[in-house]
Amino acid sequence: MDPVAAKYIGAGIACIGMGGAGVGVGTIFGSYLAAAIRNPSAAPGQFGNLIFGFAITEALGIFSLLIALLLLFAL
Amino acid sequence: MTVDPIHQFNINNWFTIAKVGAREIAFTNSALFMLIAVVGIAVLMLGFTRSRALVPGRLQSLAEISYEFVADTLRSATGEAGMKFFPFVFTIFMFVLFANMLGLLPYAFTVTSHIIITAALALLVFLTVIVYGFWKNGLRFFKLFVPSGVPVYILPFVVAIEVLSFFSRPISHSVRLFANMLAGHITLKVFGGFVTMIAGVGIAGWFGAALPVVMIVILTALEMLVAFLQAYVFAILTCIYLNDAIHPGH
Repeated sequence: MDPVAAKYIGAGIACIGMGGAGVGVGTIFGSYLAAAIRNPSAAPGQFGNLIFGFAITEALGIFSLLIALLLLFAL
Repeated sequence: MTVDPIHQFNINNWFTIAKVGAREIAFTNSALFMLIAVVGIAVLMLGFTRSRALVPGRLQSLAEISYEFVADTLRSATGEAGMKFFPFVFTIFMFVLFANMLGLLPYAFTVTSHIIITAALALLVFLTVIVYGFWKNGLRFFKLFVPSGVPVYILPFVVAIEVLSFFSRPISHSVRLFANMLAGHITLKVFGGFVTMIAGVGIAGWFGAALPVVMIVILTALEMLVAFLQAYVFAILTCIYLNDAIHPGH
């Protein structure tokens, strides 16, 4: 296979990993919303934890994006 | 007619400040927008609070709200012991926020869309955590990697994972901000390209071009949310990493 084509295909495959991060981020915000509707008064106190969980989950998607960017521009 | 969506990230040298060997230190458009961000923050925090009114006006409350917002975030993440880092965290938050927001203006340059800027900020936080952690706790700082209450037979794996996650922090910390800004601005410019492409068709195209224009307005609103949220995420992660240096035990 043409190495350049393989590089682009690899970058595309690496981006599939971001789908998993999408599921995770959706779960976090969905759970927060479900809990916030049950107990609205406790919701603002957990906003920091929400953002922290979001950031940690998103980090895993960022790693796959990083691989894609490295394949496209650095290697 | 096509529009190059990457062109907005070009760095242009305007004039040379100094030469170190073969390298030149130049004043670039990136430097200009960093300077604008710093001047903007100084005007907000120093200029608008000058009157020190007991009942603050609109602009003074803006400065006070941003101060209290960051102070509350830092206090809830690190406790009173972390408040000595307030100037550091507040500087980072305001710089990232202003850089993100200035980038949304048409023809403006987004400072935080370059990995070198965000990596420098993230490494600054990372090295601060390491240096302060060892200075404050000595070798007890290594307790950060050994969570208490873990069974002995899986402890080596847990320690390995903790070490790995500690050293991947600056990567995820910097790439998150950079990738969000890069992707958002490329999206905006791609839709901008649609406008010129459709409008190039003729009279009928002018009406068709209204659709991507509406989309750009909506996306710009979304990007403002992202610009604020990413500045907040950057600041809250800084607080949480600093908390590890202040209280290393889990």
